[in-house]
Amino acid sequence: MPEPVLIDEVDRALIDHLQGGFPICEEPYAEVAGWLGIDEAELLERLERLLATRVLTRFGPMFQVEQMGGAFVLAAMAVPEGDWRRVRALVDSLPEVAHNYRRESERHTPFNMWFVLATESEEGIAAALRRIEEGSGLPVFAFPKRREYFVEMKLEVRR
Amino acid sequence: MSRRLDDIDRRLVLATQDGLPLVPRPYHQLAAQLGIAPSEVMERLLRMLAGGVIRRIGAVPNHYAIGYTANGMSVWDVPDELIDELGVRVGELDFVTHCYHRPRRLPEWPYNLFAMVHGGSRAEVLHQVDDIARLLGAASRAHDVLFSTEILKKTGLRIGG
Repeated sequence: MPEPVLIDEVDRALIDHLQGGFPICEEPYAEVAGWLGIDEAELLERLERLLATRVLTRFGPMFQVEQMGGAFVLAAMAVPEGDWRRVRALVDSLPEVAHNYRRESERHTPFNMWFVLATESEEGIAAALRRIEEGSGLPVFAFPKRREYFVEMKLEVRR
Repeated sequence: MSRRLDDIDRRLVLATQDGLPLVPRPYHQLAAQLGIAPSEVMERLLRMLAGGVIRRIGAVPNHYAIGYTANGMSVWDVPDELIDELGVRVGELDFVTHCYHRPRRLPEWPYNLFAMVHGGSRAEVLHQVDDIARLLGAASRAHDVLFSTEILKKTGLRIGG
């Protein structure tokens, strides 16, 4: 796990207020700086620092792949410890893999590698799944979403 | 529901998927880069936002860095005929950040309702999972929680160039 990075009250306010709703106008940073009571140059510096120290992983539009005609699928594998490094290297190397997490179950579910594939077409998903299965020699279980009940990734900074 | 993007939209997605320029007039910079008017950049972004191609514009925090060191994927086996009603109710809980109906993979995987929970510790996440269990009551036939122990890769969504 990464070391905690020190952030001050203004950083907290910035992160809490800026997880959505960034304005689309001529000078959006000046507008946001006004909400926060700082000037534009300071806001830009803070954003640069928060990105450089990885407190923020991104700043910009968040796209919904399905709405672009693309596809987005969660998949899992049960990877034996002895194969872990090899399979991880294979999965992480595919540009279609947007996230990959190691997870451990409370109840001994064998699936320990969970990743998300994002491609521009359904066929792209099938091709990537096939490449991983052939390359690893292990089955991949896909969990395409049937229905989305809620998605809101906004989290307040913990004090 | 899929909406194909035209060529300029696509170039705008490519130009912004790593992030917005950190300059006073970011949309003007994108416009110069793409050879179109700033007003067109802004109109296209507004249209993509209204149409759901863009979920939102803003900052994506690293959960660990802002105090959410435990992230649990709670998974539940609930009857198919109840899942839509239950999924909406679980999604309304304030600590649930994502909630989906996904297929079972029998016999390995009996769970069809996935609810992602973020907290400051595993104990906190497990308390939250207990709240979900209470809400589901007898409708939950089995459940599990998968904690993330390592982020192996996180690049966000990308489309090709």
